[in-house]
This record gives sequence, C-alpha cells and structure tokens, in this order.
Amino acid sequence: MHTSEALLQTFAIAGRAPMAVLKPGTAEEVAEIVSFAAAEKLAVIACGGRTKLELGMPPQRYDLALDMTGLCQIAHYDAGDLTFSVDAGMPLMNLATALAARKQFLPLAVPFSSTSTIGGAISSGVDSTLRMQYGTSRDFLIGAEFVDGTGRRCKSGGRVVKNVTGYDLHKLLIGSLGTLGVITRLNFRTYPLPELRGACIATFPAMEAALNFHHSLLNSGLPFSNLELFDPQFSALLALYSKQAGSGIPGSPGKNAWHVFASFEGIAGVMARMQRELQERCERAQAAHYETLDPQDSKRWSGALQESFDWLRSAAANVALLRIALPQWAPKDVAELHLVLKQSPLRSAFALRACNVAYLALLAEGEDAQTNAAMERCVSHVRSCVEAKDGSATLLHSPAWLKDRINVWGPKRADFPLMQRVKHAFDPHNIFAPGRFVGDL
Amino acid sequence: MPARRGNYYSGDAAAFCRRPLMDQALIRELKSLLGPANVLSQKEDLMLYEFDGSVEKARPEVVVFPLSTEHVSGIVKLAAKYQVPVVGRGAGTGLSGGALARGGGVMIVFARMNRILEMDLENHRAVVQPGVVNLDITRAAEKAGLYFAPDPSSQKSCTIGGNVAENSGGPHTLACGLTVNHVAALELVLPDGEIVRVGSRHGDTPGYDLCGLFVGSEGTLALVTEITVKLSRKAEAVKTLLAIFDAVSDASRTVVEMTASGITPAACEMLDGWTLRAVEDYIHAGFPRDSAAVLLIEVEGLREAVESQAAAIEEICKVNYARDVRTAKDSNERDLLWKGRRNAFGALGRLAPSNYVLDGVIPRSKLPEALEQIHATGKKHGFQIGNIFHAGDGNLHPIVLYDPRDTEQFKRAIAAAEEIIRMCVALGGALTGEHGVGMEKNELMPLLFSDADFDLMRRIHDAFNPDSSLNPGKIFPLSKGCGEIRARKRGQPARDRP
Repeated sequence: MHTSEALLQTFAIAGRAPMAVLKPGTAEEVAEIVSFAAAEKLAVIACGGRTKLELGMPPQRYDLALDMTGLCQIAHYDAGDLTFSVDAGMPLMNLATALAARKQFLPLAVPFSSTSTIGGAISSGVDSTLRMQYGTSRDFLIGAEFVDGTGRRCKSGGRVVKNVTGYDLHKLLIGSLGTLGVITRLNFRTYPLPELRGACIATFPAMEAALNFHHSLLNSGLPFSNLELFDPQFSALLALYSKQAGSGIPGSPGKNAWHVFASFEGIAGVMARMQRELQERCERAQAAHYETLDPQDSKRWSGALQESFDWLRSAAANVALLRIALPQWAPKDVAELHLVLKQSPLRSAFALRACNVAYLALLAEGEDAQTNAAMERCVSHVRSCVEAKDGSATLLHSPAWLKDRINVWGPKRADFPLMQRVKHAFDPHNIFAPGRFVGDL
Repeated sequence: MPARRGNYYSGDAAAFCRRPLMDQALIRELKSLLGPANVLSQKEDLMLYEFDGSVEKARPEVVVFPLSTEHVSGIVKLAAKYQVPVVGRGAGTGLSGGALARGGGVMIVFARMNRILEMDLENHRAVVQPGVVNLDITRAAEKAGLYFAPDPSSQKSCTIGGNVAENSGGPHTLACGLTVNHVAALELVLPDGEIVRVGSRHGDTPGYDLCGLFVGSEGTLALVTEITVKLSRKAEAVKTLLAIFDAVSDASRTVVEMTASGITPAACEMLDGWTLRAVEDYIHAGFPRDSAAVLLIEVEGLREAVESQAAAIEEICKVNYARDVRTAKDSNERDLLWKGRRNAFGALGRLAPSNYVLDGVIPRSKLPEALEQIHATGKKHGFQIGNIFHAGDGNLHPIVLYDPRDTEQFKRAIAAAEEIIRMCVALGGALTGEHGVGMEKNELMPLLFSDADFDLMRRIHDAFNPDSSLNPGKIFPLSKGCGEIRARKRGQPARDRP
C-alpha cells in the first residue's frame, strides 16, 4: 500500500487523488482488497498504464486505486490452438512481443500502445484501427476472470474459440470503464501475423471528391484492414505529430488536401492486386496525388493513425475530442458536419475512421469565456445533429470545465434502466468507479 | 386467481415445479387478446409442442401465436397476472431443450411474427421479426451480394429468434463467428411486459454491451421481438476441398496442423467413415464409402488468397497421408458436398429410431485425443458413436444412435453423453459450442462454474427475470440451492416418439 502524496497524485482523476494506492500481486489479493472495500464502502478504481484515466465523467468517489501492473504474466499460451490467457496488468507491448515470437498477434491496434496494459485496453473499449478487418475485442475476447463487487472471483467464457456456456458476462466488461468488476485475467484468440502489410494514400483538393472516393472504396468489397478519410487540418496535425515523434511521414500530407488512407495485408499476390485496384480507382477518381507506400511507410502511417487519440488531445491548449458513431456516414453527412464546423470560430480536425466512427477535435488556444462558450456551443450543436441521425457523440477528451457542463456520454438512452440493473448485479454496493460511466453509473 | 393445486405437466415438468393449475380464465383472456385462432389449448395440439430437436420433453399448457410486439407484451402481462411461466419458441429445432416449457405455462411461438421489416442493403443491415427463417435473410440479401453469416445445419427451418436465444453457430462460425457477432440491436419484451430496445443499428452506442448479454441468454432474461442483423458481403472467390483419409487420426492431425500453421479456412468439417457412409447412401454427395474420414474444407476471399490457401491446405493434407484431395469444380459440386454435410443428421435418422446429437468444445489441438476417447466411450457403453462436426474450431458433435423405447439403452446413451461432455471439460473445453445449455446440460454447469460464478449469473438473471417466470429450469442447475425445486432425473426416456 502506498500513501505518499506524490504517488497518489499520479493516480488522480480529474484532480481527485485516491486515499491510497494498492498494488496486488495476485487475483486473490485483488479479491481481498475488494472485499474490504465492499465492507467499508470504499470506492475502487483499477488502473493499468494510466493512459486513459480521463475517459468518462469524474468519479463521484475515489478512495482506493488498484495498480494492476503487478498482475502481468501470460498464464497460458496455446500457440497451436491460437489462444492465450493473460493477466490484466500485462503491457500491450510485452504481449505483442510474446505473440510475435510465434508469428501471431492480437488485432487490437489501440492508442497508447507503448504504455497501455491489456486490461486497460479492454476496460476502456478504445477503438482499434484494425476493426474493419478483425472486428472489435468483442469478436476475439473468449473469456475473462474478474472480481465482482462483492469481492468474489468470478469468470465467464473459457479458453476455447467457440463457446456458448452460460451468460457472456465478459462482453459486458468491454468498455465498462471498471464499473462492473476488476478484471484480473483475459482470454483471447490470436491470429497469424500477416505475411505482408501495405497501404496507399490518395489526396484530393476538394472534400466532395475525397468523400466519393472513400465511399466507393467502402463499397468495393475489397478487404481493407483500415480505411480512413481525413480533412486538411487533421493531416496537418498528423504531419506535425509524426515529425515530433521522429517518424516523419514521407510523401508528407499536402496542405489543404483531403486524404484517403487505405491499408491491407496478405500474401504478395494480394498486395499486388490491392495496389493495382487502388491505383486504377485513384486514376478514375482523379486523385491529385496517389502513392503506394512501402512497408516501412505503411507501418509509420498506420502507427500514427493508431495513436490519433493521443496526439489529437494534445494538439492545442484546449481540445474537445468527440467520437461520433452514425448508422452511416454518407458523403452528405460529412458535408453537413463541416457546415456546422464552419459556423464555429474554433479550429477543428476531422477523420472518418472505419466502421462508421469519426473523430472530431475542436481546438482552442485560449480559455477565455468567449472561446469556452464557442466550444460548448459547437459540441452541443454537433451532438444534436448526430442524435437527430440516431447516432451518438462521446467526448473522449475535454477540458475539465466542459465536463461540468456537458455529460461526456450524451443523454441516457431508453435502455439505461437495464444498464442500471446490470451494474447493480455486478456491483451491489456501488464501489467500482462510481459515477464515471454512462448515466453516472 | 387460480385456487386448485395440481399437476398439469407431462413428463418431468411435474417433478420440476408444482404450482396452481392453469386458470381457464387466462386462456379466455389470451383468446380475446390474440383471437381464438392464435391460441391452442387442446391436449392433442399441445403435444406437438412438447418436443424440440433434443432428447428432452415438456408440454406447455397453452400455445399462443402473437402477431406483434404488443401482443407479446400483452401475453407476458397476462401470464404474470396468473403467475404462470412463459417460454419463447421459434421453429423448435433447438438441440438443448431451450424452447421447451419445462415449467408448463404459456408457450409463445413466434412463427407468425415472420416478416422482414427492412432490408438496408447499403448499410448491410436487416431488421427482422424473430420468426423469420435464418436462410430467408440470406435469400433476401443475396441479390445485393450479401448474406447472413451464421448458418446452423437447420438454417432452412430454424428462426432468427431461436438463433439469437441460443447464440447459434454453424460450419462457417470458424471464420465468421457466432450469431452474437452478427446482431446489432434487439427489441425486447421483459417479463413485466415492458418493451425496450438495446444496441443500435451501427452497433456502437456508449454503455454496456447489452446485446452481447441478451444474445445467447437462452430466453431466460427477455423475449426478443425484433432483431437488427448485420449482413456480410459474399467473398469474391470460394474454393471447397474434400480431403479423403484412410485413418481418422490422419484427418484430425491435419486439422491440428492447419490450425497451428495459422490457416483459418471459412469452414473445416469432419465426417468419420461410419457417418459418411450413412450420408452417402442417402444423399450421394460423393463421399468415398471406403474412407475412414473426410474433411470438408472451404476457403474464401480474394482470388489470389484463396488459391494460395487452398494450395497450402492441400499440402498439409498430403503430408498427413490424405489419400486424395478433390476440389469442387463448380457450385453444383460444392452444393452437393454441403448438402451431404447439412443433411447428415437426417441420414443417420435412417439407421436408428432416434439419435442424440451432442455438442461439446475442446481446444483444437486435442482433437486426436478426443476422438479416441469418444470411440472408447462408445465401446464401453455399447454404441457406435458417429462424428460429424466443426473440426476447425474444436466443436464436437458425437452422435449416439439409440432406441428410446428401450429404457435401459436410453440410460446408457445419456451416460455415454455425459462422459463425453465431461471429457471435453477435462481437456480444457466447454459444455456447449453452439446448442446452448438449456435443460440438457444445466446439471453439468458446476463442472465449469463455481458458486461465485453462479451467484453473479443468478443476480444477472434475477435483475431481469426475478420470478423465473421466463423459461424456468434452464441454464442453472436445479439440484443446488433451489429449495423445493428438484432436479429432474435424466436417464429416463423422456421421448416416446417412434
């Protein structure tokens, strides 16, 4: 147990530090701590690499931080079965290295990849840039062990790739931000590392042409790993980030151009085919610039896009970063959003990512009343447009004052009472990260 | 309110729970809600609904056919008023007794809620009622080059509502995942009649993954009245291979090596010699009668990838002493091979009065060991146990042929089945890969789950279905801490059909 003020501050969320930081070394110890917390009604927040503590609303109570990085072993790795079990505190980097030794990988291309733990990546539910091809963690998480709010060790699923035994409680843990239980171990299926990976980048001076091109690729049926479209501001920030990170992206994004990035993987024959198809389509779409990236550059681009949450949130003194999901992002939907943005005095950066998810960053250097009001107005305006289309807009990052005024999760939906029931079943004493999640759960 | 106490249930339902007799007033109210044509309460009608595809049996007291979500809500409210349980049912093809009225009461058959409400082909979504037949979704989507991926063997008759309840799989689960991976949103009716929607069309709303919880909850948390499914795009190229082996062990080793080398076909099915001969006699699919096992392997994707994968698979088959590896020349040949696979259970029906299709999962690397043990178990109990299963994901379907009129034989069949499922668990596997727990395996659940696991699952159950009015007697073992509720005794012939 640690109580030094300096250390406690490193676990602070929205300015609130815990009373103590505990670092369990086993799942049994986690259970003991949670039992104690349940008896004493102490609020517990489990932490891994602490890269995304800002997600969600500020906790209503926060007494104990659990530093889960002491649970960091691969418990089983059945490479021949393409499955493994790993402790929640295992760093993603170490995990990737262990899997790569057997020419396998977990298709969880999430931000903060060099400092995150697997438990944090699952609990936060952050987007993977390989989602288009491999789906979300829901598609390859096959089981979990966790401690529930009564301090008991529970599990669901198993270590086989196909299993319908009992309720799929592990699916509920994904993206639950630590409000249901403390994850101690996760079981996944793995995938063989692709032989080759490649990517192409195309630029267009006009938004409309870029949107149409992007849309045509989406409907082409070609197996992309990732497909993103971004506006000139986003690409300028991307260039800046990669310059700072020392991995300058060559063929540097042109100024004032809209970009479409497409990546793919497979054997040499597939690479050649994808490159040929993309080139033909670019020519037909009259792209201003088109480039097939070599493997090194493909990796740099993919890596930079994977980290966009990170560099977008620090792209200005004040940033509101919205994750917007719509039933569909037709070209007209992007155009409408940009009309809204034009009405705001704030700078913005926009990327349409795979699977109908978009990231929108509103950027402000000042924090004066007028700028803040503009930011709040713009977030509300975007949100109402999105909700009118049956979509959702979540604030991934925002200045503290904005969270006082706007719920980062948006309005409660009709199924919220059901979520309350789930929360109560897992955490009857409401000790896990109270208030951080949807509807103040 | 009902006053008399008695036993209205056939078979073991009586042993399962005792409660007041169903009130005739409930039947009258149901008729007035739905119209008399949508309510069955005569014994000879009800008898049709006491079976599903499993070896279990339980008779409902009244069967109703709602036409709308509001009907379902109304039925549930009436059942609550009269304190009788409710169970949902699609086509009754389930294999674990999930859609049987174990506690008697009202059975809601969704057969007449069978409309496709919307095909949003551009966004790869379809909105359907629960009674829509699985294959009909694909039929409605295929002109746009799309299909609904989960493909249980019964896909010509099973309904999407049942697929959602059981989280059904099929041969193509290997690459495409189970039903849960293809459902974006649900409309539910809770046991108190409340109608609520979970998930969203884009499948990306903030909050807990309620869709992930409800899909596969076997009708024990809510009734599903509308489903938004995800449609997949048909692959540009498909290649179907038939690898023929002279030894079962060679075939299973091929699967192990294929998996370990990172090849994931779209499907990888195994039929052992005994099974394939029965199928061949019936379907004439082209399985060589003198072989010990065949693997039916399908690869799909870009042309270039398919060619290379097929070549790699052929190589692995040959290294493992495949006698021959044939490739389906055209879609007719491919369809015929698949017809053989999908109709295998029907073919086996010709060999014995009844068959018990098991469903267990093992880590794929344990396949050779598992098949040997199944063989030994069969020998011990005096059965020839056939194997036709999803080898690629380790999902076993041993088939025990038996005569249900022979009580002693049925007991042995149950004993053999239990032994095989225990073996799956001992090998690091699970109780069920796609058929569900239902009332078939609920007593085996403690093999995998601890008291703490059950307590949490029970709290989730009670959060939605506090009175166990919805599909009682499923998933959870009855023999543990269930007060007066007694476990049914397995090993008694529940099924008396010829």
